[in-house]
Amino acid sequence: MSTILSITDLRKSYAGGFEALKGVSLDIEEGEILALLGPNGAGKTTLISTVCGITTATSGSVKVAGHCIQQEFRAAREMIGLVPQEINLEPFETVWNTVRFSRGLFGKPRNDALLQDILTKLSLWDKRNSQVKELSGGMKRRVLIAKALSHEPRVLFLDEPSAGVDVELRKDMWDVVRELRQSGVTIILTTHYIEEAEAMADRVGVIAKGEILLVEEKSDLMARMGKKELEVMLTEPISDVPASLAAHGLRIGPQGRSLIYTYDVKAERTGITTLLNDVAAAGLVLSDVSTRQSSLEDIFVDLVKGEPS
Amino acid sequence: MNWTAVAAIYRFEMARFFRTLAQSFISPVLSTSLYFVVFGAAIGSRIEQVEGVSYGAFIVPGLIMLSVITQGISNASFGIYFPKFIGTIYELLSAPVNFLEIVLGYVGAAATKALFIGVVILITAHLFVDLTIQHPFAMILFLVLTCVSFALLGFIIGIWAKNFEQLQLVPLLIVTPLIFLGGSFYSISMLPPVWQTITLFNPVVYLISGFRWSFFGVADVPIGLSLLAIAAFTGLCLVAIGWIFKTGWRLRA
Repeated sequence: MSTILSITDLRKSYAGGFEALKGVSLDIEEGEILALLGPNGAGKTTLISTVCGITTATSGSVKVAGHCIQQEFRAAREMIGLVPQEINLEPFETVWNTVRFSRGLFGKPRNDALLQDILTKLSLWDKRNSQVKELSGGMKRRVLIAKALSHEPRVLFLDEPSAGVDVELRKDMWDVVRELRQSGVTIILTTHYIEEAEAMADRVGVIAKGEILLVEEKSDLMARMGKKELEVMLTEPISDVPASLAAHGLRIGPQGRSLIYTYDVKAERTGITTLLNDVAAAGLVLSDVSTRQSSLEDIFVDLVKGEPS
Repeated sequence: MNWTAVAAIYRFEMARFFRTLAQSFISPVLSTSLYFVVFGAAIGSRIEQVEGVSYGAFIVPGLIMLSVITQGISNASFGIYFPKFIGTIYELLSAPVNFLEIVLGYVGAAATKALFIGVVILITAHLFVDLTIQHPFAMILFLVLTCVSFALLGFIIGIWAKNFEQLQLVPLLIVTPLIFLGGSFYSISMLPPVWQTITLFNPVVYLISGFRWSFFGVADVPIGLSLLAIAAFTGLCLVAIGWIFKTGWRLRA
């Protein structure tokens, strides 16, 4: 795979002195889905806006397939599609004209068959002659996606695509995104929903206070930082952890009916065998055992707090 | 040049105009008719002739200029302000277009609308008074240049404006008084000498005078000066827009 988007030491300071991006460097491979996670005000949207040409960088460079976004802005921007976070649409225009306008604006010749295909995939074809203002919120968001896809971008930015979208529609959107990836489009999405990153991304980047804290393969990240919990269900409830088990650092589960043991999946010895032996030795009777992998959300919260555990 | 983009912007803007075609059409016809009733019939019957032209006919060039200038400004300023207001400007800024292409699209559409309304008024006026156009090519040149230059000014206002009040401010406080005091409804020679001199500082005087000359062959100021004035004004607007695009003023953070 080759690098399609290369961001080097990108900085953005606003007139008031606020530093929204503090030297962001990021390489994005062609065909991947990268999820950028970060709390509000982390710099996700500023990063996207700068790459897309909406905001001017203070310093640093951005290259799209080797084209500098400043010197070769036409070649660079032609390749980029942007789905903004806010629903920004001309309310009085029809869906069809809005999407057609976008294609023209990006300098692509008219291609009604392609637009029909895009609108059909996004379940908007029936609404093509409706004014944008008549559509529901979810439909408007899909119009934004249709606009971004209308000029056949190779890199697609989705800024919070699921904000204000119901669960069903979110799943539909994920399908669309996966399908796009299949067709070779590189996708960068920002999201608050860790579930979304977990479901779709190949790699996950975490950004906070204008800095990229890490970018890793999602599976590596979860394996490296993932904790697992072993829950030992007991036949009889207990009120305290027996003294003989104190060394294992156990927590008592709901209603004292279980013991919860946290261990590191990458550790050489997980300590499970010893624990189970000790539990039996303490005279406790087990009814069931289950394990649970910590989610990206747990990892994310740890990272942003600055205390990777 | 990304001509496809210019055409896309132009078409999108013209669609806005055609969505409200009835309004766009009725309002200038109605206001022109009112001006004719009030100025032409009521007042004109007492003035009779100005510089050898019947008063009703004399005010036609001024009336057309009045509408074309205000329409050019309001169409262009709204055209670029509205995307800023509703947020769709993001697409324009992220598209592979340069500023010249954006200006061509927006100003071209705004000027076309103004021109359309100018022609509608000319036709309406024709129903009220006898009109002969002595220099038709000069008339078209003045009309088109005025549409374009004031659409450029409107574009600047639209980028400058931070809210709807500001959008109305310049047209209301500066442009409309300049048009009314620029000899739309009278000849400068009718003014006392002091005011004649002061009036010459009003740039609109040169436009209306030149435009009127193309109809009747009479002018308040030499025709060459009129052409120079409108060329200078257009140039000034272009320089200002060039600077805006270079710096990204009020467009790019």
